[in-house]
Amino acid sequence: MSRPVQYNNTVKFEGIPEGYMGEGYMATNFEKVVSLARKNSIWPLPFATSCCGIEFMATMASHYDLARFGSERVGFSPRQCDLLMVMGTIAKKMGPILKQVYVQMAEPRWVIAVGACASSGGIFDTYSVLQGIDQVIPVDVYVPGCPPRPEAILDGFMKVQDLVNAEGLRRRYSDQYKDLMTSYGIQ
Amino acid sequence: MYNTLTKLKELKAPLGVGVMTNDTIQQKLTEKFGDALTDWQEPYGMLTFTGPKDLNLKVLQFLFDDAELKFRFLTDLQAVHYPDNKGAELAVVYHLHNLTDNVRIRFKVFTDINTPDVFSASALYQSANWMERETYDFYGVNFKGHPNLIRVLNVDEMDYFPMRKEFPLEDQTRIDKDDEMFGR
Repeated sequence: MSRPVQYNNTVKFEGIPEGYMGEGYMATNFEKVVSLARKNSIWPLPFATSCCGIEFMATMASHYDLARFGSERVGFSPRQCDLLMVMGTIAKKMGPILKQVYVQMAEPRWVIAVGACASSGGIFDTYSVLQGIDQVIPVDVYVPGCPPRPEAILDGFMKVQDLVNAEGLRRRYSDQYKDLMTSYGIQ
Repeated sequence: MYNTLTKLKELKAPLGVGVMTNDTIQQKLTEKFGDALTDWQEPYGMLTFTGPKDLNLKVLQFLFDDAELKFRFLTDLQAVHYPDNKGAELAVVYHLHNLTDNVRIRFKVFTDINTPDVFSASALYQSANWMERETYDFYGVNFKGHPNLIRVLNVDEMDYFPMRKEFPLEDQTRIDKDDEMFGR
């Protein structure tokens, strides 16, 4: 018997990766499976210092519901998280702390700079404010706005998902990636 | 009607404390220090005066110890940079508060920016400790006798004093913001 009211009947399922299927088994590209799993279970670490953090609270809450993207579990330990979400003005004195948090995260790790301040210093073109967090750590996605709406943060998050999905398993071992880390003085 | 206010008045009367006015404060200070204290003003009713920087601790100690003045709370301490005031570019300003009579005064000393040495008031007022560190941090005033004169708000690596007028507000390390695009 069908239920009188249907809830959430527009659920979108992730596509099955290409592969060779038969009775009780499936053979596919390992990289694709890992990417699929990583992409849909990103644990974000919110690093919220000001008003963009308030927008993130709305993004996390039931109305915008970040959990729809597999990020139900917002972690507050850098050691367990995959995505560092930097939201708000980062003062120069905060720079080394942000870098330490980044270094404590395990590979693979991604960074999203939410808002004008995290991306470029924003309106705080002054001696005490870091002019964009990419001066101390590498950034994968920048979300513009002052502050950005939750939709914009979700859009940035989906861009991170695309990056995670497209990333090969060997990227973090490449010389290019090691050079990038060295240029930031990490390792 | 015998209310709290009349009670207070009765309590206060036997002590023989006259109402402390700016005139009486100025009179007491002039009796003690003579012509050393100058530039008496009363902007918005707040007594303001200037003294030589060598006398700053003596004046503060007198204001603290005197049985009637009792300025025993240092509300605020900061510096001001006057680049055109040659030989006395930096002003150090003390805001003092008499909590008993609720009277506030302002005391300034001026110093040459090339030798910004001023005696530290941190032994007299505990609150001066961090405020002098902050003043050093932003203006480079060298408070002699301060127990721990290091930067408190800015990054330790900073090699200049950002609130001095010769330094622009904008971050000079930035290369992507040029005048053409950002009107700097």
